[in-house]
Amino acid sequence: MRKTVLMRGGYILLTLFAVLAFLIVPADAQSPKKTLVVALNQDPDILDPSLSRTYVGRIIYEHMCEKLYELDENLKIFPQLAAELPAFSDGGKTVTIKLRSGVKFNDGTPMNAEAVRYSLDRHINIKGSARRSELESVSAIEVVDPMMVRLRLKAPFSPILATLADRAGMPVSPTQAKKMDDKFGTAPICVGPWKFVERVPQDRIVLEKSEHYFDAGQARFDRIVFRIIADDNVRLANLRSGDIDMMHLVAPTDAASLKKEGRFDLSSVTGLHYNSITINLHNKNGKNTPPVDLGTPLANDPRVREALDLSIDREALNQVAWEGQYTPGCTPISPVSPFYDKGRKCPIRDVAKAKKLLADAGLAGGYAFELTVTNDPQQRRVGEIIQGMAQEAGFRITLRPTEFASMLKDDDSGRLQALVVGWSGRVDPDGNIHQFHTCGGSLNTTGACDKPIDDLLNKAREVSDQGQRITLYKEATDKMVLQRRNLLYLYHQNYIVAYPKNLKGYKAVPDGLIRLKGVSWN
Amino acid sequence: MLDFLARRIAISTVTFLLITLIVFTGVRMIPGDPARVLAGTDADEAGLQEIRVKYGLTDPIPVQYLRWLTLALQGDLGESIRTREPVVKTVAMKLPITMQLAAFALVIAIGIAIPAGIFSAIRRNTVWDLLANAVSLCGVSIPSFWLGIMLILFLSVRLHVLPASGFVSFLDDPLGNLQRMIMPAFVLGAALAAVLMRQTRNSMIEVLSANYIRTAYSKGLAERVVVFRHALRNGLIPIVTILGLQMGTLMGGAVVTEQIFVVPGFGRLIVEAVFTRDYPLVQGVVLITASAYVLINLLVDVSYSLMNPRIRVKGSADES
Repeated sequence: MRKTVLMRGGYILLTLFAVLAFLIVPADAQSPKKTLVVALNQDPDILDPSLSRTYVGRIIYEHMCEKLYELDENLKIFPQLAAELPAFSDGGKTVTIKLRSGVKFNDGTPMNAEAVRYSLDRHINIKGSARRSELESVSAIEVVDPMMVRLRLKAPFSPILATLADRAGMPVSPTQAKKMDDKFGTAPICVGPWKFVERVPQDRIVLEKSEHYFDAGQARFDRIVFRIIADDNVRLANLRSGDIDMMHLVAPTDAASLKKEGRFDLSSVTGLHYNSITINLHNKNGKNTPPVDLGTPLANDPRVREALDLSIDREALNQVAWEGQYTPGCTPISPVSPFYDKGRKCPIRDVAKAKKLLADAGLAGGYAFELTVTNDPQQRRVGEIIQGMAQEAGFRITLRPTEFASMLKDDDSGRLQALVVGWSGRVDPDGNIHQFHTCGGSLNTTGACDKPIDDLLNKAREVSDQGQRITLYKEATDKMVLQRRNLLYLYHQNYIVAYPKNLKGYKAVPDGLIRLKGVSWN
Repeated sequence: MLDFLARRIAISTVTFLLITLIVFTGVRMIPGDPARVLAGTDADEAGLQEIRVKYGLTDPIPVQYLRWLTLALQGDLGESIRTREPVVKTVAMKLPITMQLAAFALVIAIGIAIPAGIFSAIRRNTVWDLLANAVSLCGVSIPSFWLGIMLILFLSVRLHVLPASGFVSFLDDPLGNLQRMIMPAFVLGAALAAVLMRQTRNSMIEVLSANYIRTAYSKGLAERVVVFRHALRNGLIPIVTILGLQMGTLMGGAVVTEQIFVVPGFGRLIVEAVFTRDYPLVQGVVLITASAYVLINLLVDVSYSLMNPRIRVKGSADES
């Protein structure tokens, strides 16, 4: 009896050690791999092209929900499920789309004009649609023949092509959509080289090679597993340990050391994204309420905003905050865009001139305001750098780090003087400018409203000639960034993706999404 | 005994209702709009309004609360705003994972702490005692995220002996499950072990200096008999209390541990839910956690009275 207690204790300990020893065997050696594990930093929302809103969700769609049109590495739009680029007629108000033939959804049903009509109609009309505003310009969708669809627009709207190269251009299987209704996102079926298998929320999304895809040779992995790993350090440790194969959004601070290790290739591409200091001019009672005189020099005196602009060294900001890995900029249009104004020079830091402007504005003694930043280490650092640079010109900036959701809310409600905030970017410049800068624009939180700018931006929507649009955007940009200065653009984020050296064929597109068609293990 | 149980259950129910009320209002007091967060910076007003209406976010808060509570009592916790999956289903998927993690951590903590604590108490003020105390001090002081990252870097990145992260179900792959669970469980268990060890030591020292222990020794019983059969039983009572209280810490610790080891459990669920202002999910998760917590406390009280009958017999507490 006495002994048994001790002996039992001894056995338990022994068993524990045995279990430990058993567990600590080399983790499975690399077998010929048919699977690719990709780590994303965020869990997508619902996987229904009509309803989903998150950026990371689009990475999943790239592989299981193809679109009428797609982007190449130079942001050129080419037909994916369409047979050719659309024909615009009737002064740009009619868009005719010819479809690729022999395409099947991943449930084996045919992708034809009726399916496309059904899908676009669903995008627009489903309850809670996230596509409705993107397709606002569409007044009717007609089936011309089994392989041709025609869109009637309310007014000429050239960004429609770029819109159809994103979620609004994704046909979904009508059979599945009718069956699942608003639960389609739990078992999505579209056209894609891979098909949806399962999803464990906040953990993984698994896709499997499709047997119905028209270009099967492009899918070189039997399975793709997207794992959700929010923390940058943890994602990196998992890449190094081989638990994941591909890491999306490598932090600029880690990129250099990862490169030095020699085991990984890094792909870095300047994105369509921008980051800006957004300055509240007239928003006091919430966005899209009548403009109010805020009574502060920052809001009322363009010279103060110009002084702030001139106090910032964008190149140094990029070096210090992002180790030089991002791309300095001063407009809403990224240098990767075909619409980028190549002749534009960003303001050079000029502290003397900034001081003089402040003095001219009657603020020779300096000027204090509050700048809100997202409460994460990188954005706080950006804020601190701006604070330091602006101080030399006479600005006393108080930084207010705020959690992201609260910051957006405060910005909408007009409670902020200025904030540092980004935008993920759209292929068509319209999506990066119009809603922020036009009177009553859906994301116009600064309360800025100038008819000449609106006229230019509206015109740029109507004309379809690219050269003409570039000129219009150039003129509008001059007015926005050299006169009004409600958004001081700072830099464009680079999308850095890391993967082992034996992974071949990866090509980065400036929208920052991962595309694995044609990629394979060597 | 029945009377005791009834009283405890009544108190638990009130606590539970208070918690739901606090959580429900609390989560709505954090600034930020779930619809807007969902859309990120990419929002359009009409779509957002539709989300708000769909999830009843436009009604007054008391109305929302009553509607939610009524449904919750019927077992319907609503659906996540972000993924549109039923909250009950999501929780049912996550809870067993964290429970396994917590149980595993508990086994590790007890396995380390109780023997070490007893040993330390018996060999009080020796080098061993000092050493055990020093180790436990480290255990309390080392932040779990640091310990976790270090373990990953050492065991996974350098030695390649354990996978760095993830989770597979025990039923699908028992070995894989244990391989992935051992590091997080150790990290989670380490901090708990440190606390437990100190408690065990103190409690044992106290018990060992009691009169009946001296009597036992003077009867000529061997030390191990005195320690294990006489002292340990009484010495364990405060430990069980501590264990019950520490379950909360364990759940809290799981939040950090699950982030580091990418375990798709309850802890990560709640962090993500709060950040995305997924009200139904936050409420559901907290409701279930609170129930678990209240239940554990109830069980601790009951197990107490089972171990020491004096506790459940009124007016005899001073008998010794």
